[in-house]
Amino acid sequence: MAETLTRTGERLAAPPPSAVRRLRHAIGRVLYRIPAARLALLLGPILLWMVVIYLGSLGLLFVTSFWRQDSVTGAIVQNWGLTNYQFLVQEGVYRTIAIRTVGIALAVTVTDIALAIPIAYYAARIASPRVRTLLLLSIVLPLWSSYLVRVYAWRTILSGDGVLNWSLHHVHLGSVNLGFSRWSLWIVFSYLWLPYVTLPVYAALERIPNSLIEASTDLGARWRTTFRRVILPIAFPGIVAGSIFAFSLTLGDYIAPDLVGDTEFIGNVIYQNVGIANNIPFAAAYAIVPALVMGVYLLIARQLKAFEAL
Amino acid sequence: MDSLPAASQPQPRVAAAEVRLEGLRKTFGDVVAVAGVDLEVREGEFFSLLGPSGCGKTTCLRMIAGFEEPTAGRIVLHGRDVSGLPAYERDVNTVFQDYALFPHMTVHDNVEYGLVVKGIGRAERRRRVGEALTMMRLDRLDRRKPGELSGGQRQRVALARALVNQPRVLLLDEPLGALDLKLRQAMQIELKSIQERLSMTFIYVTHDQEEALTMSDRMAVMNQGRVEQVGSPAEVYERPATSFVAGFVGASNVLSGDAALAITGHRQAITVRPEKIRLGSAEEGEHADEVSALGVVRDVVYVGAFTRYVVELDAGGELVVLQQNLTMSSMDVLQARGRRVRLFWNRQHSRVIATVGGDQKKEEIG
Repeated sequence: MAETLTRTGERLAAPPPSAVRRLRHAIGRVLYRIPAARLALLLGPILLWMVVIYLGSLGLLFVTSFWRQDSVTGAIVQNWGLTNYQFLVQEGVYRTIAIRTVGIALAVTVTDIALAIPIAYYAARIASPRVRTLLLLSIVLPLWSSYLVRVYAWRTILSGDGVLNWSLHHVHLGSVNLGFSRWSLWIVFSYLWLPYVTLPVYAALERIPNSLIEASTDLGARWRTTFRRVILPIAFPGIVAGSIFAFSLTLGDYIAPDLVGDTEFIGNVIYQNVGIANNIPFAAAYAIVPALVMGVYLLIARQLKAFEAL
Repeated sequence: MDSLPAASQPQPRVAAAEVRLEGLRKTFGDVVAVAGVDLEVREGEFFSLLGPSGCGKTTCLRMIAGFEEPTAGRIVLHGRDVSGLPAYERDVNTVFQDYALFPHMTVHDNVEYGLVVKGIGRAERRRRVGEALTMMRLDRLDRRKPGELSGGQRQRVALARALVNQPRVLLLDEPLGALDLKLRQAMQIELKSIQERLSMTFIYVTHDQEEALTMSDRMAVMNQGRVEQVGSPAEVYERPATSFVAGFVGASNVLSGDAALAITGHRQAITVRPEKIRLGSAEEGEHADEVSALGVVRDVVYVGAFTRYVVELDAGGELVVLQQNLTMSSMDVLQARGRRVRLFWNRQHSRVIATVGGDQKKEEIG
């Protein structure tokens, strides 16, 4: 070890280990002996990100929501109070917008689950490996294009003189007015978040061993019973995981309502208050609403034991 | 049954065939898994399908269960052709190799499942589930989930879940494969006694010849999608019909060609079990009903209770001989290497067999 051979066969004494090398060895030995040090190195950076930056700003948001904007000067006054929340409850329009947002989010979630289960089931349990790869690829393919592109594409399809009405007109079925409505929002959101729901459902279904389904059939269950009593309960955590994506992504969106909808979402109100009105305390208070809704959603999911099998 | 008038008894008089496979074939693409199998399993019989992996035994079982559609042939269950019926309409239940217990249900719910989906009333369900759990000694585990059970316990749940439905036929697909040796031997005895107590027809798939020999009433030895021999364990073991059976069921010696000619006077291949051969001194003479052959001990393996000798015959070929270590110590037996010996066996213990392949089966007739 201490000696090396040169090409001519001469023996040379190895140079003494450099300071850097010694330091690296020392660090290596410390990491080897102290598991906590290894863990700190492994998780430290991401924990810093999650706790300090993410949770920190969430905390700031919460704090800000108790401040208020001076109605005359427009300046932010750091006075503690429930003014913003009072305003939220008293003004019917904010309640309506919140309920509408949650309602459409739920509709989108249910739609995506209903669409994802058959696709995922086919991909996971029926399709040949080649078809499965193609199918999964086509499910994630839309994610490679920009969100805006996808929303604008739907705008062109659904708008009054868009592709949909053009086609309907040419087969003499009249026309529909889907563009810029709640229906178009529902359709576009369901399309946007479908990959996020399909993939976890696929993963859950794919994990179910074939023999479980055979065992159910063997014990006398028809396909429907097997699906309801065996497949669905086992895949349930995956379905809930997917639903969390669809629900939370809809809840927080403010671009699609602008581009294809005729209504405002919670996000739009927040955006206007931050960007236009500069009423950041009110925006913060309203932002607490979807955070609370999401918290309740996760609690229910936990109550349904959706996290136990993860 | 014989005394009944023929008019009122349209059934054949032979013990009813519970399961009959007629010309059963199954191919997966180009691969022939089952290449024409005809079998009859009798009522109340413990019947084993024995063979190496890939011989088609599991595919046969899966076709009886209804998990695979036969490519050709018929499956007759208790006189009724079930070939086209879905699995849930067949009066058979399966114990799976991996147990296939429902992970989200308790032991109790797993066992109850078959009764629930068939719409059996609550009172009867409770009674039958209770009986099944008691029979498999699972009473105190009924609230556990499969994940909280040991391998042996899961095995018993899988059995209880199948038996509670009182099927005509229970299909078992290498059910003991995942258990350790001690547990496996205990479960062999338990399975056999359950089968006898319920007098239920069991079809048992295994690649373990010892399992098949100890548990079965009759067995079929399968190879490359075909049945090589059907018979009681004693028949299959003592009188293997083909060289494959001779080689697969128990260790066996096969002598053919010149070696066979020199020893028996015929060219037909013969087989003789290692434990049927006696190792004697070269000078010893043979008895009237014995066959003998001279040779040299080439190898000796001391296995504790017995010793395995490999003897190279003067006539060509070699024979494996098992001898109990009645008076010998390990020191004694190891000195036998290189010694000239004469091997003796009773004429009736060697058997003429067909060698590999169908065309050579004709030799059997001779």
